[in-house]
Amino acid sequence: MSLLIEQALNGVQLGVMLFLLAAGLTLIFGIMGVINLAHGSLYMIGAFAMAWVANKTGSFLIAAPAGLLTAGAIGMLMEFFVIRKLYARDHLDQVLATFGLILFFNQLTVLLFGRQPLFVQIPGFLEGSILLFGDVRYPVYRIAIIAVGLLTAIGLYLLIARTRLGMLIRAGATNRDMVRALGVDIRLLYTALFGLGAMLAGLAGVMAGPILSVQVGMGEQVLILTFVVVVIGGVGSVRGAFVGAMIVGVVDTMLRAFLPQTFRQLMTGPDADALAAGFSAMGVYMLMALVLLVKPKGLMPAHG
Amino acid sequence: MADLKTTRGPASASRTYAVIAIVLAMLAALPFIADAIGQPALTSLATRITILAIGAASLNLALGYCGLVSFGHAAWYGVGAYVVGIMYRHYVTGDPLLGLSIGSDQLLVTLPLAILISGLFALVLGALSLRTSGVQFIMITLAFAQMLFFFFVALKAYGGDDGLIVRRRNALPFIDTRDGPTYYWVCLFFAVAWFALMSRIVTSRFGRVLEGIRQSERRMAAIGVSTYPYKLACFVISGMGAGLAGALMANHARFVSPDMMHWTQSGEFMIMVILGGAGTLFGAAAGAAVLIGLETQLAAWTEHWQVILGPLLVLMIIFTRGGLSGLVRLLRGGRNE
Amino acid sequence: MSESLLRVSRLFKRFGGVNATDDLSLDVRAGEIHALIGPNGAGKTTFIGQLMGEVRPDAGDIHFDGASINGLSTAARVRRGIARTFQITELLTEDTALDNVALAVQAGQGHSFRFLGNAGADRSLLAPAREYLTAAGLAERADVRVSELSHGERKQLELAIALASKPRLLLLDEPMAGLGAAESRRMVDTLSSLKGSIAMLLVEHDMDVVFALADRISVLVYGRVIASGSPVEIQADTQVRAAYLGEGDA
Repeated sequence: MSLLIEQALNGVQLGVMLFLLAAGLTLIFGIMGVINLAHGSLYMIGAFAMAWVANKTGSFLIAAPAGLLTAGAIGMLMEFFVIRKLYARDHLDQVLATFGLILFFNQLTVLLFGRQPLFVQIPGFLEGSILLFGDVRYPVYRIAIIAVGLLTAIGLYLLIARTRLGMLIRAGATNRDMVRALGVDIRLLYTALFGLGAMLAGLAGVMAGPILSVQVGMGEQVLILTFVVVVIGGVGSVRGAFVGAMIVGVVDTMLRAFLPQTFRQLMTGPDADALAAGFSAMGVYMLMALVLLVKPKGLMPAHG
Repeated sequence: MADLKTTRGPASASRTYAVIAIVLAMLAALPFIADAIGQPALTSLATRITILAIGAASLNLALGYCGLVSFGHAAWYGVGAYVVGIMYRHYVTGDPLLGLSIGSDQLLVTLPLAILISGLFALVLGALSLRTSGVQFIMITLAFAQMLFFFFVALKAYGGDDGLIVRRRNALPFIDTRDGPTYYWVCLFFAVAWFALMSRIVTSRFGRVLEGIRQSERRMAAIGVSTYPYKLACFVISGMGAGLAGALMANHARFVSPDMMHWTQSGEFMIMVILGGAGTLFGAAAGAAVLIGLETQLAAWTEHWQVILGPLLVLMIIFTRGGLSGLVRLLRGGRNE
Repeated sequence: MSESLLRVSRLFKRFGGVNATDDLSLDVRAGEIHALIGPNGAGKTTFIGQLMGEVRPDAGDIHFDGASINGLSTAARVRRGIARTFQITELLTEDTALDNVALAVQAGQGHSFRFLGNAGADRSLLAPAREYLTAAGLAERADVRVSELSHGERKQLELAIALASKPRLLLLDEPMAGLGAAESRRMVDTLSSLKGSIAMLLVEHDMDVVFALADRISVLVYGRVIASGSPVEIQADTQVRAAYLGEGDA
């Protein structure tokens, strides 16, 4: 029982990380009509910047904002130099150009940091685990991730639903000319929005740093999972991204945790483990296929 | 499209055939030239390009002609390769699979099977993916390809992460496939056959429907065409071509691994198609040659060649439309629409 | 009078808070031209979308040729014998006019899972395609790419393509819009030559054209049919004059 709760929490923790990535990806797509493959690179950049600063200064409190700001800044540069030229293009051009960006960022990271993964300590004040209830203990750091992720989700909701920027975002998604008519510099709005998406990705990268190894290629692994989230949730919908992220996070974690022992009961030998590993890796993709069979536009499609 | 339209007149048609014949003769002579200039490695490079051109041409059918932006093309390529690898493994060990004795080292057995099985995979996953369109289709094809990637990584019985070694190339009757130039000619033969098939398909009734779907699905519905079965058929043929390429590559490299279906390989196929000009028949071959040539050159120059290739790609997409032909137009100072 | 080829009963469609189609009933008899007029935003194009199966109605029933077609896809409706022209032309712009029509001819000949023969040299496609182009007055422009055709020529091509699917009912969405005087006259001639052999639902703003061609006229305002009858009756209807004709002839 306690294992089940622990794994469920792990699932939620993966879910909030995926949400941070999916929210940016889906916002940028929904509003600017751009599919950005290099979104995963921003996650990687956030993680590397944090890891580098943390290892230099020894302080997570300095490293975390550094990672966030680096990802945001590089995101805005990316928008200014490349993405901006792609707004009026078809998806194919966008995919290929941002694929080029991935090649560049990945190899540049190899050039700067090498191929060996970087490791980051969990900050002292978030070390250890606490007793939740009964005999369920859970690491403080992971609880912190969940808390930060949920707070960000709430903040994002408030931003979109309650603020002037959010109003512009919503208006911009449906009617660009209207936003222009309001006298808003839409280019600036887009750059800012892209920066926001980049910072969300960077935040996920920063938080992942201490629990995953920080290495080249981490961006694409999570990017593809993020695509699954977005397809399941419905392209363009932030709420869909949240629901999709939670589903994918929990399902993926649960399969990885419990499929091997289920298989071991059904068959013997190392085949069971290998097969279980294969099926649990494929699980969320099958889930995606299932969702598409029932709802081709995802669970919560953004209208329009 | 443009190059096909011009083949309608008999005079220009015979000229097109003449050009094709000359190019083919040069390609066939390539191993001799490579030897003569003291660069025998060129033959191996040309073999790779020839094989990848088959893969790119089949993606071109889906992407360039039908407008299906599939980001999972490497999956079918990898499946084709694994068919060769798995059959070779069973040929060596003699173990049956599910009670069937499936081992073979005969190219005339493994190749059709690779095409068939890649086609089956494309049929099942394409049937699902084609329920979506636009950006969702891009994402979902990428995701399904990644699913297959993970499947083969987990498939420890066939090497998992490490892949499978095919110690000896599949054999052909009367032909020594182990000889480099000979294998190059074998691949060239299959490439010519595949391109010939593609050239027939794109001008056929089926091909006209694909062209129509790319330009306007709404128009196709309004003339009474249900587009889904055509898109699926196109996707399957495209997958079969990739399977052929994968099977040939498995024999060329004598090695199969999940890396063949890595998403970057799908990206490379797309780049080849776009470089050569989507929807132009021979563009895929040109695109494969240019990309692999460029990669080889850059890689000889620096280990970190992707730092250069990436921005090159970005620049190409931003400043030229229509790949190489767009580049040529740009350099000539012509208008860039 | 022959019985209805198309019978629409009590069709409803809402978008957000707006009634695009509000309890709409209407029929088109075989061979007649039934004109549908009404101010912009009356829901005419939405109505055509529902007849074609591009837009799903919220409620109501569409019968064609004695059978309900509610569940059919657009393509299936076309194969049953309904064709449309688009107000904003929807053409394969990279292809020639002839290719566009030939593809429609091809679609009418059954499935297209034929992979080897050269469709561009297939006389069974090209010969009928040229006839339809001639019928629509475009014979001389057959080998011109659509992207190089004038607006009026594209409208004619829309008609030629629609004819190529051998419809029994033709839905014409503002075929005259944007045409010059000469083009417009030619379109009217073409349509009147088809009168009697193909039933038509004609959505049109040009009242001269409507009164010249139509056997019956229905007036649509806010998704609702406010009047229906012969041209003479419609002209005399005070409600129509107030709601629509009174607006001037802009």
